[in-house]
Amino acid sequence: MDTNNNTYTVIYATIMVVIVAALLALASYLLKDRQQRNVELETKQQILKSVKLGGDSENAPDKATYIESLYAKHIVEEKIEKEDETLKLYICTMDSGEKMYIIPVHGTGLWGPVWGYVALKSDFNTIYGTTYDHKSETPGLGAEIATPEFSKQFEGKQIFTNGVFKSILVVKGGADPASTNQVDAISGGTITSKAVEEMLFKSIEHYLEYFKVAADPTAKADSTVVLTPNSVNQ
Amino acid sequence: MDKKIFIEPLFKNNPVSVLVLGICSALAVTVKLEPALVMALSVTIVLGFSEVIISLLRNTIPNRIRIIVQLVVVAMLVILVDQFLKAFAYDVSKQLSVFVGLIITNCIIMGRIEAFALGNKPLPAFVDGIANGLGYGIILVVVAFFREFFGSGTILGYPIIPAEWYIKNGGFYENNGLFILPPMALILVGAFIWVQRSIQKELQEK
Repeated sequence: MDTNNNTYTVIYATIMVVIVAALLALASYLLKDRQQRNVELETKQQILKSVKLGGDSENAPDKATYIESLYAKHIVEEKIEKEDETLKLYICTMDSGEKMYIIPVHGTGLWGPVWGYVALKSDFNTIYGTTYDHKSETPGLGAEIATPEFSKQFEGKQIFTNGVFKSILVVKGGADPASTNQVDAISGGTITSKAVEEMLFKSIEHYLEYFKVAADPTAKADSTVVLTPNSVNQ
Repeated sequence: MDKKIFIEPLFKNNPVSVLVLGICSALAVTVKLEPALVMALSVTIVLGFSEVIISLLRNTIPNRIRIIVQLVVVAMLVILVDQFLKAFAYDVSKQLSVFVGLIITNCIIMGRIEAFALGNKPLPAFVDGIANGLGYGIILVVVAFFREFFGSGTILGYPIIPAEWYIKNGGFYENNGLFILPPMALILVGAFIWVQRSIQKELQEK
């Protein structure tokens, strides 16, 4: 058979593309539910990690059920309705009865999205814990934001400095150890580090009004902030 | 089957240091040893199987669109593997997600398919794919070892340099920041090629 024939070439290409497309579509269709579940579970695990829960899930006989039950036990999802946006907030009740307020943060790294969860203590100032993750930062450089070494630095830092919202600064060349709002950047991962800094500022900024009302219910905020509790199992 | 197909790509005819293919990813993933190992494994698997598929199809592929056919096969394999990992081994897939794009564009894969799979039977093609993947892996591991050791003071994430040696803890030692940056990967690959050429005199140009 002459494989250099035009008709043959066109037919070959057509059949190949159809077969490949069908295979990929089939794989995507069959695996979608499982993938979705994995993503949801991952989110729940990250939220729990920001308040230092679920760290032992690898040893649990069934990791998925363990995470689900831990999540249902501790975390309540809330929605903050503002005039032009709806904010998500996760409220965690620790075993000690103490409440933690977990804020989801989103931003853009060097190659793709970066995101994380910041758990604030009930003074709405001190950070209890954080987790960060990324879609496609460079392994060994920007991707280091997902390591516990990086996120641990944020513990105990304060987002207000002298009563003003300054967020947390990710400092290249070493943070001042005495400072309450500086952490070390990642060497070789400056753009991703700066992305974390920007993400924290921009995401937390939206919650300030809510904090003001929540910290002192008698002081009315300038605009109407309505808190509507949502059940976890929606 | 010739033993050479397996032995030669490991060192004597290494895809990175002799054929100088796949340099781009060798620079990108060698800051730490762990991603380098994961990348080497992924490339080895994808290369082995795509060579088999192309080798099976080799007598039917129209010559004028053969590169497109190869690309489609490689891309399909990588996406399928990625989809399965996302569904059944989510943690592994998270580590691999960065590499998926890099695997498809790895010149070793296209290079070996063009040079070997198109003209050989499936079994030798499979062996050639695995051997070239391993040869690529050897370079990655050597480069990543030095970069992680000198750049971060760790191996596979475990600290090797005692903490009290560091200047910030009152010692005399500091990690070399240059090793973390991409140029150092190129210098290390260059050094590897230098060593290899001194051993294998036949590689030297007159």
